Amino acid sequence: MTVFSGVIFTIGLGVLLIAVMKSLILEQVLTGGIGSIILEQAPTEVGSANIVSSVLLAYRGLDTLGELTVLFVAATAIGLVLGQRSPDTKHDSEAGFILRSAADLLFPFMIMLGAYIILHGHITPGGGFQGGAILAAAFFIPILASPASPLNHKVSSLIEGLAGTAFILIGLFALVGKGYFLAPLFGTGDIGALFSAGSLPLLYLAVGLKVGSELAGLLARLQEV
Amino acid sequence: MLFGIALISIIIMLGSAFAVLFFENYLASVVALSVMSLALSVLFVVLQAPDVALTEAAVGAGVSSVILALTLRRIGLWQDKS
Repeated sequence: MTVFSGVIFTIGLGVLLIAVMKSLILEQVLTGGIGSIILEQAPTEVGSANIVSSVLLAYRGLDTLGELTVLFVAATAIGLVLGQRSPDTKHDSEAGFILRSAADLLFPFMIMLGAYIILHGHITPGGGFQGGAILAAAFFIPILASPASPLNHKVSSLIEGLAGTAFILIGLFALVGKGYFLAPLFGTGDIGALFSAGSLPLLYLAVGLKVGSELAGLLARLQEV
Repeated sequence: MLFGIALISIIIMLGSAFAVLFFENYLASVVALSVMSLALSVLFVVLQAPDVALTEAAVGAGVSSVILALTLRRIGLWQDKS
């Protein structure tokens, strides 16, 4: 019975979404409008080869700050609900041989992949959020393998707070220097080079560290029974 | 070629989405949801949105499935057998 009501609900939701899509004026959005303007101006104004990150961090940087705030509030609420772990509770037993050796083997490569995706966010697809999620997974797999050595929550909260402060401070510097919050600083540089696009790599580094430490702390807290 | 890949990923998405509904085991539903996210990320690559595909693969298929699975363990719905 519940399964059938679920299927009926899903079909109804699909029909509703199709009806909403029919009523949208997609032609105006797809042709002309703001998209072509950003495509024209982003390389000279921001200087990042990846147009998506120039939208995320320069044109709509305030929205990214809002997203970070949403994630922060969610992580704080989870920490509040789950509470502190009492020190005398028993840990889970060690994982099997395969998971332990795979965790040791994967850790450096996942750190490298996460750092690459964060640092090249303004050149290639990716950026702070994706790289941060990979970093969090890299720090979570060793916890799964050996639960007796948990994550240091003090260090992860410190990194999280410092990264969030750095993001807002860069935005405030831009507000003082250029008159707009989170306006790109330091010029554009050569498009496609690692050190280009002004302050975008710094902002992505802050976003990546914040998301990574936040998610790693959240997962570790959920794992501690 | 591209159309074929898109078709295959859409079929996998539909199948795993129904599997989420019909599985008796909650853990199996979480795994099916993760498979759906992975197929969706392939579809995003075909649609030339690599940024979104990376997000979907890292957050949708990775972190959110782990969060759901850990929550199942927390509230005592983690079953080894169905």
